[in-house]
Amino acid sequence: MTEQASRNTLLEIYPHEIETILAKYPQDYRRSAVMPLLYLAQREQMYVTKQSLEEIAQIVGISSTEVASIVGFYSLYYDEPAGKYRVQVCTDMPCALRGAEQFLASLCENLGIQVGETTADGLVTVEKVMCLAGCDRAPMFQLQSGEGISYHENQTVESALELVNKLRSKQSRRNGND
Amino acid sequence: MTEGKKRQDYTLLRHRNIPDLDSLAVYRKYGGFEALRKVVMTMKPEDVIAVVKASGLRGRGGAGFPTGVKWSFIDKNNWPHYVVANADESEPGTFKDREIMERNPYQFLEGLAICAYATGANVAYVYLRGEFWRIAASMDRQIAAMQADGLLGDNLFGNDYSLRIYTHLGAGAYICGEETALLESIEGKLGQPRLRPPFPPSYGVFGKPTVVNNVETLTNIPPIIERGAEWYRTIGTEKSPGPKVFSLSGRVNRPGNYELALGTTFRELIFEHGGGITGGARIKAIMAAGASSALIVADDAALDTPMDYESVPSLGAQLGSASVIIIDETVPMDWLINKTVHFFKHESCGKCTPCREGTFWMMHLTDRIASGEAAREDVELLREVASQMKGKCLCALGDFSTEAVITSLDRFRADFEKAVGVSAETPLFGSSPTMKPGTQPEPV
Repeated sequence: MTEQASRNTLLEIYPHEIETILAKYPQDYRRSAVMPLLYLAQREQMYVTKQSLEEIAQIVGISSTEVASIVGFYSLYYDEPAGKYRVQVCTDMPCALRGAEQFLASLCENLGIQVGETTADGLVTVEKVMCLAGCDRAPMFQLQSGEGISYHENQTVESALELVNKLRSKQSRRNGND
Repeated sequence: MTEGKKRQDYTLLRHRNIPDLDSLAVYRKYGGFEALRKVVMTMKPEDVIAVVKASGLRGRGGAGFPTGVKWSFIDKNNWPHYVVANADESEPGTFKDREIMERNPYQFLEGLAICAYATGANVAYVYLRGEFWRIAASMDRQIAAMQADGLLGDNLFGNDYSLRIYTHLGAGAYICGEETALLESIEGKLGQPRLRPPFPPSYGVFGKPTVVNNVETLTNIPPIIERGAEWYRTIGTEKSPGPKVFSLSGRVNRPGNYELALGTTFRELIFEHGGGITGGARIKAIMAAGASSALIVADDAALDTPMDYESVPSLGAQLGSASVIIIDETVPMDWLINKTVHFFKHESCGKCTPCREGTFWMMHLTDRIASGEAAREDVELLREVASQMKGKCLCALGDFSTEAVITSLDRFRADFEKAVGVSAETPLFGSSPTMKPGTQPEPV
């Protein structure tokens, strides 16, 4: 390893968070920290960079290939960039029985994208996902960003578009402040 | 609610009687953590297990295994012990643990602490599905509040027992609800089930004896300790005692969670509490255990069947986690199984061949059938693929994926005959010339 590569940006940015995470598990099972560390690594860009894979591997003591296999296995980790926000609509059977598929189609049409695509401003990716345990309040979706996941239930296309507009104005305020 | 009905006293969804129960001060004001105090101060671990055994409580995650018996299996020759709460609630149609953790979290955490004391564990984990991000964040604060109040940490209530609870967030994988896959996931590995035996009470997380219990199961524990096993057995049936949270969804007017005694009939849940079928349509089928269900033909006999662990199997189905999905006459079964099969194909972990390949082929066949491009051979092949999978998978996921497929083909055959344009004179699975010798499906 070069000197450059041995720097661990994650450890530098999140020393306290990483300490708290590692303290949850027995000392000889540092590997257990890989999932919470992947969420940390996604916080800024909503995907896990190759560099983060290396850094997490270094922290928990496994190979970066093994870390990558975790990213590939679990749905909520991403290995490539998409929208800053992911609107993930459940279209599983109980939600579909309450109109979730029509909701998703209409939402995408209004945003001018296909399912799985990102809006032209790069802000919102709309996806369909499996059951989110909100079956009685469909149509519903979760909003995932680097900061976490929130639920939005009993939705209409209007309420969902309103949320997208809020995210857009939040983003333009942020850009204005830069 | 029907008029004149008296207020329901909840045992599990107690926040419906007492708002703000998610505040530690409010929870304690109403007797919260007295059960934990009682067990730590006055009871031996084996006495706690004896009470839970006597209560007849059965696991609410789906399998219905007696909880006290599970606790008694923990290997006392291998230490340390761990307990893990399974909060991975991911079965389509299930949303009960979510309400408990969102609104009545301390009763669940108290149950978890009592389980840890009874099994000799000093560390407990709550494994939440990744989508429950906000619940996990709240729970971290609740755990800190318990610690500050002396309800976690060292020397609880002045006794020499110590306990710590940690949350662990999953990341979107249904299979992690299978307990050994869940344990692998806590260890930072792919969520793939282990070969069993050994079972978790002898070889669990970090290779140590571990008890894994569902959130709702643990939420039953504080009232059992407080009010006793005899009181608990006054609710429900003899073999399925206690209250149960039924998640009602699908084509019903008032979907939601209903806390009812085990043994309540489907009819009462669907028509009295759930307000009947959407748009006044006719009920066609019931899935009692989420997407993993066999399809129950919703005739009068089925509607009058008590929802408990013994009665539902008489309908050729299981109660499972009691995620009751209502299917009405407007829903074609070829569409429905296409949905459930897509789910299982997506969630298959890929470790064992029957499930990995079987869900793949069932997905393609049901895609073709649901899009109206299939011939009778496709339907017959689907029946055969599902039958070949059943009983040959490493864990329950693979078997579950075949339940809706096989039972819909057998019990709602007309839907498939319509989908592939087969007339009544040459029914599916009949003495058709296209059926090769040896491919005749076995009756379920």
